[in-house]
Amino acid sequence: MTAALPVARRRGVRAAEKGTDRAARPGVLWVLPATLFFMLFAGLPLVLVAVLSFTSWNGLGTPAFNGFDNWTRMASDPSVLQSLRISAVLTVLSWAVQTPLALLLGVWAAGRQRNRAVLSSLFFLPLLMSTAAIAITWLTLLDPNFGLAAKFGPSIGFPDGNIIGSSRGALGCIIVVVSWQFVPFHTLLYQAAARQIPKSLYDAATVDGAGRVRQFRHVTLPQLRNTIVTSSVLMLVGSLTYFETVLILTGGGPGGATNILPQHMYMTAFRDYQMGYASVIALALVALGTTLSMLIVRFSGFAKMRSTLEGI
Amino acid sequence: MAVVRQSGPGRLRRTAGRRLGRANWAAGVASLVWLAFVITPIYLMVKDALQTTDSYLDGGPLSLPHHLTGHNFADVFDRGFTHYLINTAIVTVASAVLTVLLAFPAAYAIVRSRSRAVSGVFRLFLAGLAIPAQATIIPVYLMITRMHLYDSLTAIVLPTVAFGLPLSVLVLSSALRDVPRELYEAMTIDGSGSVRLMWSLALPLSRASLTTVSVYSALNAWNGFLFPLILTQSDEQRVQTLGLYNFQGQFSSNIPGLMAAVLLSALPIFVVYLFARRWLVAGMAGVGGK
Repeated sequence: MTAALPVARRRGVRAAEKGTDRAARPGVLWVLPATLFFMLFAGLPLVLVAVLSFTSWNGLGTPAFNGFDNWTRMASDPSVLQSLRISAVLTVLSWAVQTPLALLLGVWAAGRQRNRAVLSSLFFLPLLMSTAAIAITWLTLLDPNFGLAAKFGPSIGFPDGNIIGSSRGALGCIIVVVSWQFVPFHTLLYQAAARQIPKSLYDAATVDGAGRVRQFRHVTLPQLRNTIVTSSVLMLVGSLTYFETVLILTGGGPGGATNILPQHMYMTAFRDYQMGYASVIALALVALGTTLSMLIVRFSGFAKMRSTLEGI
Repeated sequence: MAVVRQSGPGRLRRTAGRRLGRANWAAGVASLVWLAFVITPIYLMVKDALQTTDSYLDGGPLSLPHHLTGHNFADVFDRGFTHYLINTAIVTVASAVLTVLLAFPAAYAIVRSRSRAVSGVFRLFLAGLAIPAQATIIPVYLMITRMHLYDSLTAIVLPTVAFGLPLSVLVLSSALRDVPRELYEAMTIDGSGSVRLMWSLALPLSRASLTTVSVYSALNAWNGFLFPLILTQSDEQRVQTLGLYNFQGQFSSNIPGLMAAVLLSALPIFVVYLFARRWLVAGMAGVGGK
């Protein structure tokens, strides 16, 4: 956000500082520990994953270079394409489910009424649990013999209650579970943003005779534009973390129906011990995440970050 | 029912920032539906954890709890869950402390320094926000084995901290920007150098953000799953999330035992939430904070 600060203004401030300010200025040494640490354990791996993509390595011993073998192999690997397709479907569907829910809940929870405050404190409970705890809890709920799924499965088209074990239902289960887990976080974002909307806008709309729905459409939604973009980027990039949920809930199954790309990479690396090939898939993940968020940023005009306070 | 209380005098004042004077019934009902969806799994988890296996199997998911027992917890402790919790606590404290120790001086310098290199570092951390941890697990595994740290708690802490640094630096530096320049100058006249300025001016004035960052990194470490999964192996070094994952395989017929473990793993955070909700929510919303 700070990077968006007008350069001219920053320069102006700096010039003013030079004249009067003699306070001590910390040097590069101060940022060195954090930078080195970050470069070593997050930056270097990013470089290494690219290097490893040109090697063959089984997890033990030394990686051996094998040129473009992994790359050509991926280009003609139907299972990668299949994983990519499932990832795309899961990402888009969970975005489409979570965004409206989080937006409406956030705007609602932004109200200062007592009942809303109490209810929102309950809404945030899933945020406290780890992915592992959440996935395991849901796994027992989805148990076809003793879980809730046994009770409700038949009424939604799964007579044996085995929703999670069917190729139709498994992806749906994952969407439900990740929504349960992540909607609260995005609600939090929207709640904070909705509280920033100037009251005068609503007053003006009320004077103009706009009802609740029209106020939502013409005041709230436009005012939340930046938050919608932020939340969507976080959601799309964050969909990589659905891997942990998938691993515990379905392990990619049944029959590969939920085998999203990160899951496919993990299995290739740590079950099949084809670390080199898995590195190519990992790179594809990085490329995908970066491209996706850049596309959103570009097409939503987020880069310009037009102030929502324009015209007030 | 609570919605009704919103009508009447005083409502306008209380709902400053809200739109209309009348209660929003449709939203009220919808929020109750969402509440049911959110609460049901948690309620069932707690209920199952307190039941005997027999009454779990007989009763079905929606039965009222009966035959309450603490036996499941004893069972979970017997299987070494205490040890996992202790391991997790060590990882959590180490990660939070290390994150703050690294991030705070960096954020301070980013805000105060005029060096070009330092502003480059800021952009580096901005870009670092976009690195997905999942995509780096293979090289991280390679590095950790080469450093002979595989299957140790240190192995978990190192990448966990590294991937938490960008956000922590960002949150801290935006807080430090709010410290007025005049205060630095005033203290300089008293003869303070950079270290003293940071210690007795910047640090106390950014206590709120420091708490946010500590909570955020602690929560991340406590709930972390990916790095422990690929970097540890033995029972000795197991953290609670992996313990759960492991139990899930072993306890297939003992759901109450499994749920007791899940409840225990989340209990410390539930307790913190109860007493310090504001800090916890701020820590979780770290990304959203402006």
